[in-house]
Amino acid sequence: MFRNQYDSDVTVWSPQGRLHQVEYAMEAVKLGTATVGLKNSDFAVLVALCKPPSELSASQRKIIPIDDHLGISIAGITADARVLSKYLRSECLSYKHSYDANYPVSRLITNLGNKMQSTTQRYDRRPYGVGLLVAGYDEKGPHIYQVVPSANYYNCKAMSIGSRSQSARTYLERNLLKFNNCTKDEIICHGIKAIRGSLPNDEHTTKEESSFQMNIAVAIVGRNQPFKILSGEENSKYLEMIKDFETSEESPTADDGDDNRPRRDDLPDSSDPNVLVATMDRP
Amino acid sequence: MNPFGIQEYPDYPISGAMRYEFSPYESNGGSIVGIAGDDFAVIAGDTRLSSGYNIHSSTQSKLFQLAPLTVLASTGCWCDTLSLIGLMKVRLQMYENTHLKVMTTDAVAQLLSITMYNRRFFPYYVSNILAGIDKEGKGVIYSYDPIGHCERTTYRAGGTAGPLLQPVLDSQIGFKNMDSTETQMPKLTKERAVSIASDTFISATERDIYTGDSVLINIITKDGVEVKQMKLRKD
Repeated sequence: MFRNQYDSDVTVWSPQGRLHQVEYAMEAVKLGTATVGLKNSDFAVLVALCKPPSELSASQRKIIPIDDHLGISIAGITADARVLSKYLRSECLSYKHSYDANYPVSRLITNLGNKMQSTTQRYDRRPYGVGLLVAGYDEKGPHIYQVVPSANYYNCKAMSIGSRSQSARTYLERNLLKFNNCTKDEIICHGIKAIRGSLPNDEHTTKEESSFQMNIAVAIVGRNQPFKILSGEENSKYLEMIKDFETSEESPTADDGDDNRPRRDDLPDSSDPNVLVATMDRP
Repeated sequence: MNPFGIQEYPDYPISGAMRYEFSPYESNGGSIVGIAGDDFAVIAGDTRLSSGYNIHSSTQSKLFQLAPLTVLASTGCWCDTLSLIGLMKVRLQMYENTHLKVMTTDAVAQLLSITMYNRRFFPYYVSNILAGIDKEGKGVIYSYDPIGHCERTTYRAGGTAGPLLQPVLDSQIGFKNMDSTETQMPKLTKERAVSIASDTFISATERDIYTGDSVLINIITKDGVEVKQMKLRKD
């Protein structure tokens, strides 16, 4: 990305029809540590890498509970994420008080998208520099949504954002067909295995299990399961489970080429993700 | 009397002149009792909701668990009760979101007091008793008047049969103005508190038409809330 004369204001279009400030805001998401979201038929899971910036400080809170049926994990400017989570919480609480029901996830995300859009069209405001992965469960089942600073939102089967998240996305793409029929424990293990590829190189090779354990946060929401961030002991339990499967499973960094990737005709009919305009969820 | 204070018609009903009196309040009846011990709190409320001589429901609980160790019993005007409970639940959730911890019973007591006083000039017509375990692990009862005056007591009876039940509690738990010495008074155990609460309701049902059907008892200890239900006279 190089500087040019059309990128100083968010309200200025470039001759190519782009809003550079908005695109620069999307870069902020890539500065945050990686986080992964995936779901099976009953549960949605978020896994986040919360490596502290230095050995002296505590790690950042990457996963934020919003309501009993919904939580988010963030990548990017944490302060912006705090403001958005305060807004989401207040919306959910107000809906619950008025209608005695949980805010349907897709509607809440549309609401959030509208709020974020106004910051991309005003000269006195800037876009929110944070990407969110939203895990929610409502009458329509579990959902994973990706929200980006350009105020777009995508309904995903699985997704990963943040720095070095490409390897996690590759793992998710390779194993996508398995997710729907997974058990709750298996889907959490998949999430942790996906994010392992996003560790910085030195930690990967030394494989210090204890430091890895301290650095990940896992959250789950789903049928009969209010949004919950798992404790340290529960995290260890899943890391143990992964070690047991290690010998039979391929490691995420092994390069198998395109052989294991699902072919186009194998993929189930997908009208999602990558929706660039707000749509109503098809019933 | 019309708003201008000029009396056009007399106060008693006369033929040919329609009089409409609207009162925003209605008493939906019911009674509640709260008793606090060293490490437990007992709160009980009957399950009858009425309006005049009619009964709306005989299975409506008046006990609301606001937090894992805090229960509010509310009786009086049912619509005000529901509105107040809704408001309290929202405020408790907002507290948990910002402070990442559950509100203590004492904090809930203060919050309830100021929430009710905010409506000083159009009060919530409710009689509240808040029961719970405070941060030191002791059982505690807070009782309220309709505009939020809050008092921490050992025992309290409220609702339509409150004036009937309070003297019973005074004698059985407070041993007020009795001749017996300190050593002869039995210690207030959980079982004794529950049996006193049940007995007071049985007595209240005899004489108060708005109390009856059944009584729900919540026993709060540091381990959580235990629920007991007991049948009462249905007439």
